[in-house]
Amino acid sequence: MKNQLLLRSAGAMLVRILFAVVAAFPIVFMLVSSLKPDQQIFGDMSSLAAFLPIGNISFDNYAAVFDRVPAARFLLNSVGVSAVTVILGIFVNSLCAFALSRMQVRGKKIVFTAILATLIVPFQTLALPLVWWVNQLPYFELNGFSLEFSKGWLDTYQVQIIPFIANAFSVYLFHQYFESIPKELDEAARIDGAGWFKIYRQVVMPLSGPATATVAILTFLPAWNSYLWPLMVVQSEELRPVMIGIQYFFQLNVSWGEVMAYASLITVPVVVLFIAFQRSFVNSIASSGVKG
Amino acid sequence: MNTKLTKVLATSIAAVALTATLAGCGKGSASSSTEGSGEIALWTHNAGNPDELAAVQKIVDSYNGSQDKVKIKVQAFPQDSYNDSVVSAAAAGNLPCIVDIDGPNVPNWAWAGYLKPLELDADLSKQLPSTVAEWDGKPYAVGYYDVALAMMARGSDLKAAGVRVATIEQPWTKEEFQDALTKLKGLGKWEYPLDLGTAGTGEWLPYAYSPFLQSFGGDLVNRDGFQSADGTLNGDKAVAWAEWFRGLADQAFMAKKSGKDSTQDFLNNKSAIVYTGSWAGDKAKAALGDDLVVMPPVDLGEGPKIGGASWQWGVTSKCSNSEAAMDYLSYSLKPENVAAVAKATGAIPASNEAAAQIPAFAEDGANRIFMDFSRKYAVMRPETPAYPFIATEYGKAVQDILNGADAKSTLDSAVKAIDANIKSNGGYKN
Repeated sequence: MKNQLLLRSAGAMLVRILFAVVAAFPIVFMLVSSLKPDQQIFGDMSSLAAFLPIGNISFDNYAAVFDRVPAARFLLNSVGVSAVTVILGIFVNSLCAFALSRMQVRGKKIVFTAILATLIVPFQTLALPLVWWVNQLPYFELNGFSLEFSKGWLDTYQVQIIPFIANAFSVYLFHQYFESIPKELDEAARIDGAGWFKIYRQVVMPLSGPATATVAILTFLPAWNSYLWPLMVVQSEELRPVMIGIQYFFQLNVSWGEVMAYASLITVPVVVLFIAFQRSFVNSIASSGVKG
Repeated sequence: MNTKLTKVLATSIAAVALTATLAGCGKGSASSSTEGSGEIALWTHNAGNPDELAAVQKIVDSYNGSQDKVKIKVQAFPQDSYNDSVVSAAAAGNLPCIVDIDGPNVPNWAWAGYLKPLELDADLSKQLPSTVAEWDGKPYAVGYYDVALAMMARGSDLKAAGVRVATIEQPWTKEEFQDALTKLKGLGKWEYPLDLGTAGTGEWLPYAYSPFLQSFGGDLVNRDGFQSADGTLNGDKAVAWAEWFRGLADQAFMAKKSGKDSTQDFLNNKSAIVYTGSWAGDKAKAALGDDLVVMPPVDLGEGPKIGGASWQWGVTSKCSNSEAAMDYLSYSLKPENVAAVAKATGAIPASNEAAAQIPAFAEDGANRIFMDFSRKYAVMRPETPAYPFIATEYGKAVQDILNGADAKSTLDSAVKAIDANIKSNGGYKN
């Protein structure tokens, strides 16, 4: 009986390992190919050698990446834009969800439904009108001690951040999670003299770690992978994010080793973030019954 | 989650966010709003091509140093996303003064009002015809170079298979090509002896495969007025082209979807013949030396054909200092400038005077053959504002046909869509 159980669990483990290996193949291929010269990448393609760091291995492709594109600048831009979008997104969307979940306001169901309805409009259909719109917005710039006014947000950092702070899906996630927190806790805090913001800050948000982690990841990923929007609104090289950078490598003679090295570089921060928040992410998905 | 790790992450994120927010107080340097200050913005597609970008920058530096009225400022974009960036900037009314444009798109951009006709001091009649883009009888863009498609193979492979090397004087006929592929396949060295780059997407599809269609006697659109594709894209000759093209895959002469990099696959001996452009010539020559043979495309009835026109320069219609922009373009077309860009790219220089300055393109030069192909075989892609739509429809048809769709009905559908588009845009009349 014990042997049978052992055998069954070993079999289950083997299947899991098999799935993990299959899922890891593209990432392993990317990392390994980033260390090989082009000719070898294609030469190894038809054998297992494609997944093994053997042959002519070096970091030449990484050096070439930094020669060819301002990769450090692109990385910093993406980290900055994504981080600010995540932080402001968590704050704004959780506040919105808190109001919809806790406050007794007439018409809040209609507001919530209207917010959710925006989920069905694909961003691509809004992109071009949004470009026109952001170019009409006022812009203030500090020049020494004077504040200068101009029009148009194109070619700035804020145009990559502000349109993506408010997010219907994040509001929905927070709202569903807040609904699962007993309202008696609010009432107890109220008796102790807490106002709405104090309840939000000291009662509800500290209990919403998994939802916050999920929103952080779900906001970070599209911000990090953002491609269409920055290519429409950012012209200066010094403001470009990492995903635009990968296009630098697709000229007539593509160097696939460099492509793989760049892809490896821009994948690392995402993997680190996911590993850091993995447990909370899984908890939140499990508890809200939402697929990411 | 580990509390310590959370704190470290949170602190790092906050620090980076603050840095980014502070940095965000500035505006990018590529804004076209700088044009009021005597600065003219120039946008180019070659951010990913450092050699070409450096050559363009050198011309700009030289022009900036030659006068003090205006400064040209270069902003480079990656090629694949360049068109989208320009179209978005046009929608926002934020175009720079000078842009580079892929030749076949010029009529569309001119029709859309992005470009104004060129008024240059430089003599455009000295340019290779395919390097000047015209629409409605006026020049709208001019380029420093063109590129040419060719068939490349190893001479030793052809010899082993008993196949003659095709030449300009005597290109392969359709029957000879069929025979050559059969013999090469018979050697048993390759799964697919031919690589036509069937994994390519976007502009590659019309650029690479419409010349075959034209060699059969068909075309993308009726060039008499550019009002319909009926009879040219779905006539008997076009259907014959489609069946021949799919036949290459059906006979396992080529893959329905080739590798991502056909040139590299060829150099790795995964194919016997590769259909690629002059841009791959130097790389192939360096790898194969004298064993490399560069051959013209196949004569499928109406003579070998290749696509004409590459990247060119134009002046936008809302440029506040178009006189200076035109002056810069005239300056940039000096033979030494054209030669410098052609040298950097390995492309075909746009004028004979420039070619004379590059040994590879002089008579008997290693790359002269590409220039000869361009002069002899280049067919401009249809010079109509409808071209981007036609190209998309043709590209879809090519992929469908290759994947087994009925040739006649697929081409009929493409024609129907193209004709409807032309009609709905009022015939793309000026």
